[in-house]
Amino acid sequence: MSLQVLVLVPLAGALVTALDPHRSRRLAWLLVAAAMHLALIGLAWRGGLAESRWLWLTFDPLGGLVLTLVSVVFLAVAAYSVGYVRRETPRGGRLFESCLLGFLAASSVVCLTDHLGILWVAIEATTLATAPLIYDPHDRHSIEAVWKYLLLCSVGIALALLGTFMLALAQDPSRAAPSLLRSALLRAPHLDPVWFKAAFVFLFVGYGTKVGLVPMHTWLPDAHGEAPSPISALLSGALLNVAFLAILRVVQVAHAGGQARLIGPVLVGFGLASMLVAGALLFRQRNYKRMLAYSSIEHMGILAVGCGLGQVATFGALWHMLGSSLAKALLFFVSGNVLIAYRSKRIADVSGLVRRLPVSGTLFVLGFLALTGMPPFAPFMSELLLLRGAVGSGHPWVAGGFVAIQVVIFAGMVTRIVRMAQGEPETPDRPRESSWLLVPPAALLGLVLVLGVYLAPPLERVLGVAASTLGGVAP
Amino acid sequence: MAALTDMLLLLVLLANFAVLAASRLTFTIRAAAAQGILLGLLPLLLHGPWSAESLLLAGGTVAIKGILLPGFLLWAMREAAVRREIEPSLGPLGSIAAGVLAVGLGFVLAARLPLAGAGGPALLVAASFATLLTGFIVLTTRQKAMTQVVGYLLLENGVYLFGLILAGRVPLLVEMGVLLDLVVGVFIMGLVLFHMNRELESLDSARLAELRD
Repeated sequence: MSLQVLVLVPLAGALVTALDPHRSRRLAWLLVAAAMHLALIGLAWRGGLAESRWLWLTFDPLGGLVLTLVSVVFLAVAAYSVGYVRRETPRGGRLFESCLLGFLAASSVVCLTDHLGILWVAIEATTLATAPLIYDPHDRHSIEAVWKYLLLCSVGIALALLGTFMLALAQDPSRAAPSLLRSALLRAPHLDPVWFKAAFVFLFVGYGTKVGLVPMHTWLPDAHGEAPSPISALLSGALLNVAFLAILRVVQVAHAGGQARLIGPVLVGFGLASMLVAGALLFRQRNYKRMLAYSSIEHMGILAVGCGLGQVATFGALWHMLGSSLAKALLFFVSGNVLIAYRSKRIADVSGLVRRLPVSGTLFVLGFLALTGMPPFAPFMSELLLLRGAVGSGHPWVAGGFVAIQVVIFAGMVTRIVRMAQGEPETPDRPRESSWLLVPPAALLGLVLVLGVYLAPPLERVLGVAASTLGGVAP
Repeated sequence: MAALTDMLLLLVLLANFAVLAASRLTFTIRAAAAQGILLGLLPLLLHGPWSAESLLLAGGTVAIKGILLPGFLLWAMREAAVRREIEPSLGPLGSIAAGVLAVGLGFVLAARLPLAGAGGPALLVAASFATLLTGFIVLTTRQKAMTQVVGYLLLENGVYLFGLILAGRVPLLVEMGVLLDLVVGVFIMGLVLFHMNRELESLDSARLAELRD
């Protein structure tokens, strides 16, 4: 077997679910395809899947790490969707399951391909596959959200294609024909600094739009806030990382080609700006899903800061990608449960969450503690490492700003969470919660906890190797 | 050959101005279609000798950028009964002035990039940046959602022009993938426009302003 199966299994699932008229059977297909995908990734880590010339698929630690995260989040989304569609009927019908699996196939290509042109095509495909999912509620707000999403991301990604072409031109034409293969770019002895700079600007702005970095973030709160909850979890926990991987591929090329000094400050600057703006706007939110969306922007900012600093901070950033993504996905799942019970996205309309929905309420509070970086959860450990890297590499002011923003954000979020969690519920009824809606977020919380308490040696090794290709080192 | 290539590139620039100056939506879509046909023909002139691959790609580009997508947009306009006026926030004179600036900037950028080894005519790069910027002008100064799709098409055309420098070195699979993404993207945008018209009774993206902080 070759790596093709990681693309073909979800693709076949997408076709089957597009043709199957029975909802329950479609959900079964979705679950089976998601579980098979995760199992096949396990096989790929053990070297059981050969490289493939079709789409230039190869398996490397960085791509494998992101794809594993995507697959874990996707399996949770698939399981949550089973419970979700029993409560809220998605209006998209067959498109719902089919587009979900189409997204998984496209993400697999992004994570595995060695060709930057194919990477671009696949990233645009993830935009197109998720657009119908965001539009699923079919109301005014979701139309507005999907329109902004489609237009801004498509325009941004068009610029990334321009950057991709420029990157090919940055190679010395006298030594080798311009190539868009990552492996060829990594081996290129010399990159033309002017072309590389131009390429990096367009690639960063283009893929950065999809990552939601400030100031290209304006579509993100709308899309994440209006989409059905399992889709919000998918966008926040999986899609943003897939887009961020595209930027990391360029960072890899920069490090191999001796252009790293140029891009570090850009990543740190945009990262800090994203944290700051997201933190400031977070305070103005009256809608808890939008609040989570701004928190997503903040965490993508943290990843950019870490990868820009290099050394152990890069290791911390990759670790943080795992922990924060799982925590974000879990919180979007639970916010879906809250929405089902309270029928409102307004923070002011929700009170007594822990009494009314004991399990969801507890998961909500614990999830927030995890996401805002409280020990012993993984984001605490990874942010600590990131700060150590910032101070160690001689950027104490970055560390200072980072801590200040984090403290303010924690203070802002905790007052809102406490208001939602505590107090007396307005209605005394206690709706029974389906375990399909509780097990996926609980499982993710367990993972965030384990990742914080015990970083297994194989995972630590993989994080170290992936970080080393980005100018990082293991602690 | 070179004279003919330059001629086609000038026509591409002319199409940009046609889009900027137009007061009717159908005309902007037709101008974008004409540009799409020119773009399909350009690689045949730039890179000989012709192969089955290059002919297939040229035919595909002409069919998609010149006929299929504009045809779909015109059809969608008729079906959704979109009014024909453009209602720009920047008038025709201002738009043309912005277009001239875009061309000027295109030449400045083309002169600054080290194109020596790249092997494409300088006019190609200038036209690419000018078309890209024209797309941005249309995207930012036109209120109607349908016109914004045309702006996106121009932007994509600008990127395509730049890609011609590399033509022959970008695998067919990638070129096909880019075209496929474009078709599906514009198709989904068209469907969203349809629903937008039903829900909001207008294709005015300026009215899409309920989601804010």
